Amino acid sequence: MNYEFDWKLVLTGEYGQWILDGLVVTLKLSGISIVFALLVGTIIAVFRLTKFKPLEWFALAYTEFFRNTPLLIQMFFWYFGSYSVLPESVNNWLYNHNFEFTAGVISLTIYTSAFIAEEIRSGIFAIPKTQLESSRACGLSFIQSMVHVILPQAFRIIIPPLISQFLNLIKNSSLAMTIGVMELTYMARQIESYSFHGFEAFTVSTLIYISISLIVSFMVTQYNKYFLRTINY
Amino acid sequence: MNWDVVWNNFDYFLIGAYPDGPLGGLAMSILLALGGIFGAFWVGLLFGLMRMSKRWWLRWPAMVYIEIVRGTPLLMVIFWFYFLAPILLGTTLPEATSALIAFIVFTSAYIAEIVRAGVQGLPKGQTEAARGSGLSHCQAMLYVILPQSLRNMIPSFVNQFVSLTKDTSLAYIIGVNELTRTATQVNNRTLTAPTEIFITIAVMYFIICYVLTEISRKLERQMSRYQARG
Repeated sequence: MNYEFDWKLVLTGEYGQWILDGLVVTLKLSGISIVFALLVGTIIAVFRLTKFKPLEWFALAYTEFFRNTPLLIQMFFWYFGSYSVLPESVNNWLYNHNFEFTAGVISLTIYTSAFIAEEIRSGIFAIPKTQLESSRACGLSFIQSMVHVILPQAFRIIIPPLISQFLNLIKNSSLAMTIGVMELTYMARQIESYSFHGFEAFTVSTLIYISISLIVSFMVTQYNKYFLRTINY
Repeated sequence: MNWDVVWNNFDYFLIGAYPDGPLGGLAMSILLALGGIFGAFWVGLLFGLMRMSKRWWLRWPAMVYIEIVRGTPLLMVIFWFYFLAPILLGTTLPEATSALIAFIVFTSAYIAEIVRAGVQGLPKGQTEAARGSGLSHCQAMLYVILPQSLRNMIPSFVNQFVSLTKDTSLAYIIGVNELTRTATQVNNRTLTAPTEIFITIAVMYFIICYVLTEISRKLERQMSRYQARG
């Protein structure tokens, strides 16, 4: 083994800056995708529970299809394949506005929202039916009782599994390197090919990913311990 | 739409250049997934049991291993084995082998958690009764606890296998010629039908994963009938 470790190279100077830039892009990509995934996931979950059949079928097809295809393929589809299905003006707009990043956000959002929809659905199922019935009887519409009665209770139950979906999303955001988003993994890979010091670059970026996971899961454990108050019916 | 490209290359998607060249395509993906889940089962079982041990020198290494692997993106694990193997071993491993090792390492951490959840999900009375009948801790584990809990874990294993099947697509990045790579190859060669190609590939993955998911749901329903309670 004749490999000279050079930690300074990766932690300072140009390469250190690359790692930092990569981390910022990873956090931005995941942050934006988390917000959208949560929104879309909630909508899909509510669709699954409506009495209107076409919406229910759409939501079922959505969750089943996007959960059972690899994220990488979805990314390639949005990046390479969306050209011929989208209208020309949308394509032009996308190409002028950092299309790699947008395609990354779209695919991460859709992939994760399918998982989130299932989590939210199981959360809603955990709320007794009487809650919905009584809020409907009080004169709230279906949407109103969802927004004001069911969802607030359901979200409290599903916060831990939701957080683990968010963590998955952060880890999955590393796949965006394949379509050219310059996030953490991309930068580590780039340092490897520029300097042949892949060992250090991968160690540093792996440690960053692990510390994000550990910090967040520590916070979830604390939340479960001290703040999780579910109503016993 | 230009579906001819897809049909002309369909057998390439399925088995790669085989029998004239190396095996690839969907067959390679399935081989990677099967090899990965087989290896990951044994490694994961070992770490799962270590994780539950009362001895700290068994428990801590397993805990560290599980937490590190679960906190790392699979892509990173793949790069680790791809770029690290030459440094440690002095020779390069074939891409498929280093991808397979990465899959085994990555999936085993999740299997370890499944094993732990499965064993802890079994009623405590089972262990107590087994120990009370005079079996040692190891014997109780081997003959009473594991046979029951492993059976209960089968649906989770199937789900993990589905995840792994999807994850094999990442082997594309280090150049393993599996389904995703055949798709990008054909796409780069033709450049005319990316939409059609990626839809086809997505559907191929979907069929496999959906069928397996349904099997796992069915197993779950069947098994809930034969649970030891109390």
